[in-house]
Amino acid sequence: MSDALKIGKRVFRSRLMVGTGKYPTNEVMKKALEASGAEVVTVAVRRVNLDRTGESLLDHIDLKRYTLLPNTAGCYTAEDAIRTARLAREALETELVKLEVLGDEKTLFPDNEALLQAVKVLVKEGFTILPYTNDDPIMAKKLEDAGCAAVMPLAAPIGSGLGIRNPHNIRIILETIKVPVIVDAGVGTASDAAIAMELGCHGILMNTGIAGAKDPVSMARAMNLAVEAGRLAYLAGRIPKKLYATASSPITGLIG
Amino acid sequence: MIIRVNGEEKYFKDGFTIEDVLNELKIKPEGMAVDLNRGIIPKRLYNNTMLKDGDTVEIVKMTGGG
Repeated sequence: MSDALKIGKRVFRSRLMVGTGKYPTNEVMKKALEASGAEVVTVAVRRVNLDRTGESLLDHIDLKRYTLLPNTAGCYTAEDAIRTARLAREALETELVKLEVLGDEKTLFPDNEALLQAVKVLVKEGFTILPYTNDDPIMAKKLEDAGCAAVMPLAAPIGSGLGIRNPHNIRIILETIKVPVIVDAGVGTASDAAIAMELGCHGILMNTGIAGAKDPVSMARAMNLAVEAGRLAYLAGRIPKKLYATASSPITGLIG
Repeated sequence: MIIRVNGEEKYFKDGFTIEDVLNELKIKPEGMAVDLNRGIIPKRLYNNTMLKDGDTVEIVKMTGGG
């Protein structure tokens, strides 16, 4: 495993993490997860519906194959996020958590102050934390210093499909911190994923970009290939951009 | 006794434990967690944690999300 993604004590071959929300059916979700090549899949913690207690998302996810990453989506305070993370750990026997503390319903932007508070509590309890945050290098450094195992800046608002709005900030984040940078949220299509990986991001987490596509299974495959292509291009080292042409064929030996 | 479960008021026999409530609601203990009055109850304590009138219980599990 020469180019593995290391998060905390775990090692992954795939650099694409996918969500399990908003698929038209569980069967489509299952096929899309497979086509994505992902090893990490996110899940949300919600109340059991007391009228339908027999239903379980986990019946549709091969737990031998995928590592579950529970999130704290929908939490607007540090307290709720901490409580949700603890419930997820009890339910799944995992110390992994995608930590989200939202600040606003319209943008779903993070409340970074509350996020940092929650991180400080959960780090002490042994959680491996992947925090959803802005594309802010200062915040990324604070999250790393507080003990997060990775930092997950948004590319654009959750579910917006706008792609990487500020590639320059993502680059600065990559230069600033040592833990993996996983772009989370806003990726709309394969080129967005490739651009994130070409910047040097260590991985991408997406849900709506796949689940909301007309054909989620094909989009999952496209994202799989784009993440791999982007990573390879990053490792290969692209040519510099220049204003004028440079001939590809020899300029000597032309016929007279 | 009346227990508030996931926001709904439910009647249970006095002396019911968390395990009894889960059985009555046909909820399997895999992949779920229980919070009693805002404190998480570990699975090993379900069979000896007795509930009392007015308790608030949250029973959660995993659902699709990103």
